[in-house]
Amino acid sequence: MTSEITETDRRAWPRESTDRRRQQRDVFVEFQGVHKSYGKKHVLRGVDLQVFRGEVLVILGGSGTGKSVTLRHMLGLEAPDEGRVHVENEDITDLPEEELYRVRKKFGMLFQSGALFDSMNVLDNVAYPLKEHTKMSPEERVQIVGEKLELVSLPGTEQLMPVDLSGGMRKRVGLARAVVLEPQVILYDEPTTGLDPITAQKINELIVSLQTKLNVTSVVVTHDIQSAFTVGDRIAFLNEGVFEWVGTMDEARRSRNELLRDFLQASAVASAQPIDE
Amino acid sequence: MIRRLREVSNDVLLYVGGLSDLTIQTVQQTFRRPFPVQLLMTQFDQIGVRSLSIVAITSLFIGMVLALQTAYSLADFGGKLFIGKVVSLSLVRELAPVLMSLMVGGRVGAGMTAEIGTMKVTEQIDALRALATNPVRKLVVPKVLATTIMLPLLTVLACALGIIGGLIIAVAQLNLSANFYLRSVITTLHYNDLASGIGKTFFFGFVLALIACYNGLNTSGGADGVGRATTSTVVTASISILIMDFFLTKLFMMLA
Repeated sequence: MTSEITETDRRAWPRESTDRRRQQRDVFVEFQGVHKSYGKKHVLRGVDLQVFRGEVLVILGGSGTGKSVTLRHMLGLEAPDEGRVHVENEDITDLPEEELYRVRKKFGMLFQSGALFDSMNVLDNVAYPLKEHTKMSPEERVQIVGEKLELVSLPGTEQLMPVDLSGGMRKRVGLARAVVLEPQVILYDEPTTGLDPITAQKINELIVSLQTKLNVTSVVVTHDIQSAFTVGDRIAFLNEGVFEWVGTMDEARRSRNELLRDFLQASAVASAQPIDE
Repeated sequence: MIRRLREVSNDVLLYVGGLSDLTIQTVQQTFRRPFPVQLLMTQFDQIGVRSLSIVAITSLFIGMVLALQTAYSLADFGGKLFIGKVVSLSLVRELAPVLMSLMVGGRVGAGMTAEIGTMKVTEQIDALRALATNPVRKLVVPKVLATTIMLPLLTVLACALGIIGGLIIAVAQLNLSANFYLRSVITTLHYNDLASGIGKTFFFGFVLALIACYNGLNTSGGADGVGRATTSTVVTASISILIMDFFLTKLFMMLA
């Protein structure tokens, strides 16, 4: 099974990733004072954030704090009202939609619901980016899709329609589609929300496994503390539209920030994560 | 009161502005290569072929009712003899274009909004954008083009079937000869009648599809939002078609 990872992998990977990050601290995505409002609702209130190449950054926070909105700004799906967003040192804030396509090809995004195209089967869904952006023959596309479905532990599901898939399967097909063009960054929007604990754990293992195999940068938006501590290198804790706290997982466990501690402790009750008293 | 008026006028201006923006994007994307031939063919099937039954039944019965009403209301003036003229002229110049646009608008427009609206609320539109593809090009252009081309063709069919409906009543109930009825139709209709009637439907189709796509792309709020957007499409498209009909009729009369 391709999604299975050994304990050695699980322990070794964060260390390798941290070492790599320390060596280069190469900023892939940067937010500078980003504000965003929807009508009278001021969602982002001056967000500053850096995502380093090769790391797994977990954006943690309660519902409605602006986590997904932050993620959408990275792709240019939303434009900030104020502030700047940089991707690989390029300011994408004011780029027109057509220019943003070039930037978006660097990213793969797993949407909360999977966002599979209802009218297409699994094969066509996963092959869609290949069909749009490469000159591969249909045979080559089928082969690549097969490999990616193998990667997310769903071999042989090519002919199924999205309606025939469970929630977990939809997310895995969505993930296969997100990685099919081999992006440099994978964005996960609530990857475990709405899934039973076993399926959620499988998705977490899959995220870690993909990180090791594809050597990408990942940003995971979640309010699931179990998921955050399983997959993350660093945590960025979002509260009321600003990043209240940013640091490594160990620093998060030891943090004296009251809001972060309250959030982690409340979540730890359910997930049994060790938090220092 | 003034506040409410200002809100409504703001909403209307925003809607018209958004629709204009989508129109410009649609025209721009139509001329981008490669042209989405496969998607266009699918829309021809969905909008044209699958509307055939509703168009056939509606137009046949409209022609029959029109013949009956004409014979009844003009009985004192020897109306039977004018059935061919009245049926063909009213069908070709007005009834077939407007009624077919309303019928097809109800069926196709609601379907388009529901399809795109559902894609919007289930993040499929965002997925298209995230995968570096243009939703206007993938969804709107094929629908707008297909409706603009298929609606006039469906209207031609409706005119023919409506005239056949009138023929059935003329022969079966009013004891006119088929030859007399058809000769009356042929001598009555001129090219400018056809141009006026069919010409209007290009505009109806274009605007109808744009409204449907725009409402779909601006859907929010889950299944309830999709329902509201669909209703809005049928209402807005119907009113727009009827208003446009007046101005286009004036325009074509001036041109004739």
